[in-house]
Amino acid sequence: MAMVRLAPVLRSSVGGSKQVSAEGKNLTEVLNDLFERFPTLKEQIQPDGNLSRFINVYVNDQDVRYLQGLETNVGPADTVILLPAMAGGR
Amino acid sequence: MGNASREIMRQARRQVPEWSPSQVHEALAVQHEAGPENQEIVVVDVREKHEWNEGHIPGAIHVPRGYLELQIEEAVPDKSKTVVLYCAGGVRSLIAGVTLQQMGYQNPISMSSGFEQWKGNGYPFVQPRTMSEAQSKRYSRHLLIPEVGEQGQFKLLDSRVLLIGAGGLGSPAAYYLAAAGVGTIGIIDSDVVEESNLQRQILHNTKRVGQYKAESARETLEALNPDVKVITHIERLDETNVTRILADYDVILDGTDNFPTRYVLNDAALLAHKPVVHGSVFRFEGQLTVFKPNEGPCYRCLYPEPPPPELAPSCAEAGVLGVLPGIIGLLQATETIKLLLGIGDPLVGRLMTYDGLAGEFSELRLFRDPECPACGEHAHPENLPTYAEFCAVPAR
Repeated sequence: MAMVRLAPVLRSSVGGSKQVSAEGKNLTEVLNDLFERFPTLKEQIQPDGNLSRFINVYVNDQDVRYLQGLETNVGPADTVILLPAMAGGR
Repeated sequence: MGNASREIMRQARRQVPEWSPSQVHEALAVQHEAGPENQEIVVVDVREKHEWNEGHIPGAIHVPRGYLELQIEEAVPDKSKTVVLYCAGGVRSLIAGVTLQQMGYQNPISMSSGFEQWKGNGYPFVQPRTMSEAQSKRYSRHLLIPEVGEQGQFKLLDSRVLLIGAGGLGSPAAYYLAAAGVGTIGIIDSDVVEESNLQRQILHNTKRVGQYKAESARETLEALNPDVKVITHIERLDETNVTRILADYDVILDGTDNFPTRYVLNDAALLAHKPVVHGSVFRFEGQLTVFKPNEGPCYRCLYPEPPPPELAPSCAEAGVLGVLPGIIGLLQATETIKLLLGIGDPLVGRLMTYDGLAGEFSELRLFRDPECPACGEHAHPENLPTYAEFCAVPAR
């Protein structure tokens, strides 16, 4: 089971948790497992076939856009990070 | 000079080779020709501070003889270099040469007849800029750090930093940059101080509620440090003014609260080739990175599009722990000073995140997108959407 860490704005979709575990051998499978349990996450992260352009997905500390995207392998010891843009500064 | 002194000098002359000012001048000219990679000679001035201030050989390092043993290994770590020592007349430098030999320096040379002869020969010298007594006291803790020192402090005093917003991030950043002696601080903010700002925006105070934030910031910063000139821009940054405003500054510290401004700033900073120190906060968490044109990714590489408003609440909607922007704003100030002084490893291509509740910092690697519409191979940063209508959520 990989660990998925969520940025604060996404946490309300998973009942307030900062991280949840998810099943899957690659990013697609991990995300599908998440979406099944927390359906509102899907429209934020992957509304159609592609990842949203305002969310960065990392496997460990690497941006998946520069790995194999949705096909990136995810091992049981890996951490997936979901990080949307934040604007607050004031 | 008594007998014992004469004997010490005789000994020293036998031990330490001497070069005349014209030999030193010639050797430095040869080295200059050879380029910066082949710097075999280091020139060290061992006179007192007031003598150094009256003029010294260009490129020389100042290590007063009284501090020689304590400071030379930091100033000249490579003991195989040729170290040309000089003083006013060639006596103190000769004795300093003996000390360097005892410390394991392989090739110390004393310049005979010293700086007086050098000047008398008509060779070039520079008169260093000097700090006032008040400045020496104010910045004394900086002067003690080798990476800053007097030259670094002068650099800071000559630097110009623009803060986008005098709010949660801008307040602590501006406060410390002013304390550090950044000579010109520009502040662009069109808002006025509200009571709800005072929980974190430490530049302002209760009496200033209703006053423009930029004006309030100026009062606070100029009271803290009279060396600092504060320029206020009471307007909102947008496509019409961004190029004009950015032109006058060396580094931009982005502490804004909305996406359109961040995109406008990104594109203009790329065109003007200015680094942006980016920070943002949300409740207990914050993130920062440095966007340095052509050396790392830009904001559009990281986030090609803004999130919809419901996924991007501002502090006004989502709340923020008052001290959190203090932490992120000061990390931004630290990055700014590093960029101004050219020291350390700036957070280029790295996103640092801080989780206050967990007490954790983490770091993510960022990449430059070769297809980025703002900084990629076929980029046109002058003509991109800034999503002003898309995320027009009022925020403060």
